[in-house]
Amino acid sequence: MLKIKNIQTFYGNIQALKDVSIEISEGEIITLIGANGAGKSTTLMAVSGIVPPRSGEIFFMGEPITDMEPDKIVSLGICQVPEGRRIFPYLSVTENLDMGAFLRNDKAKIKKDMEYVFDLFPILADRRHQAGGTLSGGERQMLAISRALMARPRLLLLDEPSLGLAPLIVKKIFEIIGKINAENNTTIFLVEQNANLALKVATRGYVMENGRITLTDSSKNLLANEDVKKAYLGF
Amino acid sequence: MIKLNEIKRAFLVSAWFIFLTFPIMVIRINPVEHIVEWRWKNMALVGIGSFFLSFVWNYLMKQKEPGFKKTETAEKTDTIPPLPPARRIQREKRIYIPALVAIGTLTIVFPFIFSMYQTNIMVSALIYIMLGLGLNIVVGLAGLLDLGYVAFYAVGAYAYALLNYHFGISFWMALPIGGVLGAVFGILLGFPVLRLRGDYLAIVTLGFGEIIHIILQNWNEFSFGPSGIANIPRPSLFGIDLSVHSSTIYIYYIMIGLCIVTIFVVNRLQNSRIGRAWVALREDELACQAMGIDKAKTKLTAFALGATLASMAGVVFAAKTTFVNPASFTIWESIIILCIVVMGGMGSIIGVIAGALVLILTPEYLRAFSEYRMLAFGTMLVVMMIFRPGGFIPDVRRIYKFEGVKSMDKS
Ligand SMILES: Nc1ncnc2c1ncn2[C@@H]1O[C@H](COP(=O)(O)OP(=O)(O)OP(=O)(O)O)[C@@H](O)[C@H]1O
Ligand SMILES: [Mg+2]
Repeated sequence: MLKIKNIQTFYGNIQALKDVSIEISEGEIITLIGANGAGKSTTLMAVSGIVPPRSGEIFFMGEPITDMEPDKIVSLGICQVPEGRRIFPYLSVTENLDMGAFLRNDKAKIKKDMEYVFDLFPILADRRHQAGGTLSGGERQMLAISRALMARPRLLLLDEPSLGLAPLIVKKIFEIIGKINAENNTTIFLVEQNANLALKVATRGYVMENGRITLTDSSKNLLANEDVKKAYLGF
Repeated sequence: MIKLNEIKRAFLVSAWFIFLTFPIMVIRINPVEHIVEWRWKNMALVGIGSFFLSFVWNYLMKQKEPGFKKTETAEKTDTIPPLPPARRIQREKRIYIPALVAIGTLTIVFPFIFSMYQTNIMVSALIYIMLGLGLNIVVGLAGLLDLGYVAFYAVGAYAYALLNYHFGISFWMALPIGGVLGAVFGILLGFPVLRLRGDYLAIVTLGFGEIIHIILQNWNEFSFGPSGIANIPRPSLFGIDLSVHSSTIYIYYIMIGLCIVTIFVVNRLQNSRIGRAWVALREDELACQAMGIDKAKTKLTAFALGATLASMAGVVFAAKTTFVNPASFTIWESIIILCIVVMGGMGSIIGVIAGALVLILTPEYLRAFSEYRMLAFGTMLVVMMIFRPGGFIPDVRRIYKFEGVKSMDKS
């Protein structure tokens, strides 16, 4: 479904991605793990078209999207939940969700989808008229994920959904990620620092170090891998 | 109760003010007789005045503090807190419909019950309402700080002046042409600043405004330099030339019409898809891109629409004064328009209208105080921003509801 072929990304003179290749098939959950500054967010930005790569190619459903504008990419069905949630602080919860459906015109279905995300995260329904900026960290992450779902993505890019959240909330959010994938067949590209949890929900994983993919395998094998254990799982 | 340290504080404030104003209020050098006059009476006045003002100030500041007196009532339940009076009036149909009718009647009969001088001032205020509403799109909604907005106002005024001078084009032809030219200039400015935000954008737009001003000032063959263009015709009514008096009234109604159209258009846009994109862009650009909003297009439409409104206001301005020169389009104008938007309430249509009326009419009626006019004006701005930082009438954020979704309003 998504095919990233040898992309290189630069910020000025600094190379952030070196020859990165990743492949995802439809309906899969894959995860990209790595230390701070490895280049994980940059990879997602390249897919979203917000920071286009200098060389290499990206294909979505066989179509090249390497140099496409971000809004075209969203309209193809790729939606990103950026790192640090980045919800609209002065818009209410409903308005935030509405922004997620910005490119859609089917009012009736939008309404249905809104009910669907309120089902996923009932707390958001209670907060629907509250300004985004007044939500707690966990609620914001739920809102950010819901907002992306409102775009009805075929491929959902999640950038560190566990960032700064209590373990209980993280667990709940990961459950829901699994649920979204199972119920709608949404393909999920999950970037995480919390390798342990990420590898449990994902089928396959990629390990990134200093802008390079150093390892890729099934989640089971990665969880058993000595190097991965030492570097990312903390034992 | 007045406490001792409050008196002490007020006393210190007044001592400070006496010291500050000493050179201008007390000492006067009389160059003719070579003597220095000491006006001790002024010093006493400043002292007493600032002493009492400081009391009033302290009292108001205390009232402003959250929790003053209100704590007990607010804590009881989590019901919706009572709306501020301005919003309550907007909600309450029984109040606002008669109010609307009254304001409507007043606007219609205004030129017949007031003098031509008053009508003229009102036309200026209406022009600033239109400018304010235009800048409100750029600054209030899209969050793009534009300090060179006056440039578009100048584009419209000079468009009418020059087109009329060279080709004899009439006011009614110049109005749409001015609007289109404004949009073109808005986009021209928009392109290079697409990637800028905040302070950088402010500086670049400031420069753009100055460039237009300098071109008008110095390119004599094109714009007739500082001497400007005179004898611009007032708008004609079905080909009939009107007397000065009746044409003032005529322009007044034209401006009322333009303002109503502007309010209608801005209101519709605000609640449309593009309006929501503007607001979202103001809040978080990256999130906007992630949601599939075309950043460039959204910014350019904001610039273009704002510029169109300013340019059309400029055409009316040229027709009203029958004379344009670069002195009318200085950075000072941009700042006044920005003040209107910020003081009135960013993003709020009624706020901007209130802002324009207060900011344009007050100085006119403060003319009596001539030299202290700007001082009073400045004080008003500062006091305003401390007590109502959101503006006179802050933006009532619309809640978008899809029909069928259960409303929470029942509580
Ligand atoms: N806008 C930018 N300008 C310059 N350099 C950047 C920019 N964004 C990221 N970088 C650099 O690119 C490298 C990769 O950053 P990236 O944000 O992709 O890391 P990451 O793997 O997401 O890290 P984290 O887990 O901390 O989010 C870092 O060295 C970072 O400093
Ligand atoms: Mg990151």
